[in-house]
Amino acid sequence: MIRLEKRPQPSRVWSLITPVFAVLATMVFGGILFAMLGKNPVEAIQTIFYDPLFGEFAFYYRPQLLVKGAPLVLIAIGLSLGFRAGIWNIGAEGQYIMGAICGAAVGLAFYPLEAAYIFPLMILAGALGGWIWAMIPAFLKVRFGTNEILVSLMLVYVAEQMLASVSLGLLKNPQGFGFPGSRNLQQYDSAHNAELITGTGMHWGVVAAFVAVIFAYVLLNRHMLGFHIRLTGEAPRAAKFAGVHPARLILFCLGISGALAGLAGLFEVSGPSGVVSIDFNVGYGFTAIIVAFLGRLHPVGILLAGGLMALTYIGGEIAQSRLGLPSAAIQVFQGMLLFFLLALDLLTNFRIAIRKRGVA
Amino acid sequence: MKLTSLFASAAVALGLVAGAAAADTTKVGFVYVGPVGDGGWTYEHNKGRLAVEEAFGDKVETVYVESVPEGPDAERVMTQMALEGADLIFTTSFGYMDPTINVAKKFPNVKFEHATGYKQAENVSVYSARFYEGRAVQGHIAGNMTKSNIIGYIGSYPIPEVIRGINSAFIHARKVNPDVQFKIVWAYTWFDPAKEADAAKVLIEQGADVILQHTDSTAPQAAAQAAGNVVTFGQASDMSEYAPFPRVSSIIDDWAPYYIARTKAVMDGTWTSVSTWDGIGAGMVGIGEISDAVPADVKAEALALKDKLASGEYHAFTGPLKKQDGSDWLAAGETADDGTLAGMNFYVEGLEGDIPQ
Repeated sequence: MIRLEKRPQPSRVWSLITPVFAVLATMVFGGILFAMLGKNPVEAIQTIFYDPLFGEFAFYYRPQLLVKGAPLVLIAIGLSLGFRAGIWNIGAEGQYIMGAICGAAVGLAFYPLEAAYIFPLMILAGALGGWIWAMIPAFLKVRFGTNEILVSLMLVYVAEQMLASVSLGLLKNPQGFGFPGSRNLQQYDSAHNAELITGTGMHWGVVAAFVAVIFAYVLLNRHMLGFHIRLTGEAPRAAKFAGVHPARLILFCLGISGALAGLAGLFEVSGPSGVVSIDFNVGYGFTAIIVAFLGRLHPVGILLAGGLMALTYIGGEIAQSRLGLPSAAIQVFQGMLLFFLLALDLLTNFRIAIRKRGVA
Repeated sequence: MKLTSLFASAAVALGLVAGAAAADTTKVGFVYVGPVGDGGWTYEHNKGRLAVEEAFGDKVETVYVESVPEGPDAERVMTQMALEGADLIFTTSFGYMDPTINVAKKFPNVKFEHATGYKQAENVSVYSARFYEGRAVQGHIAGNMTKSNIIGYIGSYPIPEVIRGINSAFIHARKVNPDVQFKIVWAYTWFDPAKEADAAKVLIEQGADVILQHTDSTAPQAAAQAAGNVVTFGQASDMSEYAPFPRVSSIIDDWAPYYIARTKAVMDGTWTSVSTWDGIGAGMVGIGEISDAVPADVKAEALALKDKLASGEYHAFTGPLKKQDGSDWLAAGETADDGTLAGMNFYVEGLEGDIPQ
């Protein structure tokens, strides 16, 4: 009989090698899927995982990995702090939108003035926008004991409506012939989050993502607040005895994740996207939840997970156009990857034991 | 090395390779906003792509990526197609406008065709169809078919293209039925079957017995079928699986002739940047078969209207017309100019409610 035995301690070895196993398993089963669709499985897997990094046009795709991965990492880092403490901010998508709206609004308010202080002000406004949006569930939870999962999630839909409203009204491009969407910030130098070095994909949002990873690592390992976060998640009763103030922790965790999501929105709207439009948000706030768990809520893990997600997106697009794979097949493939990563995670905490069943 | 020069050298390198391998294959890329199986907008663009393949056979290679979000992702997909040697790229949604312009700047030798936008460049053409002509025919039938005198309209986004359609349908519904009212729901999506079904149900509950849609899925058709006595029209695609009832007719986008002509122009080296806005006459807008659920006299009138629109004898926006606020727009016999139509941001007199701002 095969049964699972709980390990006394989570296995360090397994926690390091399960992601590798998961990727391999995805390649095998994904390959079978692609073969069933009549495509060459080796070519498909190579297109997704190898070509963006080392293929002929890697000089273009490598920077794009940073552009696609940065917002995911930035948001996921913020979320992971709360998740570790058992504070569930599911509404990063809304905070991302609000950060973009507030930051872009500040930039557009100065148009067409060119000044060096405009972009820093936009960054502040972006962080503030996300922070305020996250403070709503935080305050309601602290004050009235509401469920932050529901409140933060519902506020995503409110934010989407506000996005539609400002795209059609307040921030609409006066020279846009009545079409929705703001001016393009890429064409407004003082507000443009341009590449720091041309061709590298490095914009301020990527820098912010790396800084956030380091900041989170130091916080969790070297700081009292980080200890409180971990303690609250692992042993809530012990945390109380240790003098952790739950309300303060809730305000901090939701606040920081909101501010980081807001920043991600600001850097996206002022850089790669350029315009506040109805379809501005493409789900980074939700995908970041997956990235946070994929990275085991560890800052370095999140960095790698963000890169991996970005790789499957970009590689998936290449596979679609080059091999004619349907986008649904790529989504199934991404789903497989997540499934195997989370399923094999079981082996970190459990071991498989085979023993004979005794006669009863 | 600057990125542009990198691109240029890559393009040159690729050009050499492609030149050696297949000297006379033209590669055409398509960027789609929805899945090719949406049964509406993207489905028709994909039919256009298949028509290009059929017309040119081995001389052409087509590639496509579906469900591409409008923004940086679209820019990456277009760049990737250009890098991999596409000669001509069709970007088939309004939101791809700025990304198309950005990528076109980096690849001066690749031709781009952007649907429904207004930004042209040396190597970027824009094209769209005069869907409002089809809406006129639709409005004529709808005004005759409604018994409750309430016509529901599922809008996607309050942009000029959609507002034109609402105005055109309303004007022609009122002409045959002065008591008709429009109820408009904005779905803020081009393709979301769940939202579209909800919008249709809300409209039906409010008494609408005709539903017009400017969204791409067949979900409103299914909702109408479930309700039993509600008339619908196919949008973008014929949606004939719901004929003869609830779907009594449809507006069909036929991109195939345009796509074939533009591909041919690239092959012949005669491609130039143009702005195309064709209607029923040029065959870009088709009226799907009017089913027997429509009384014969109404059908005959609708077809006569279609013919007059096609020949140019009649314009869908012919005065006298007033704006919603009662101010004069077009004097008797005057027709709307393309500039006003392209940026249309007002309702005509008689429509209720405000355009979301």
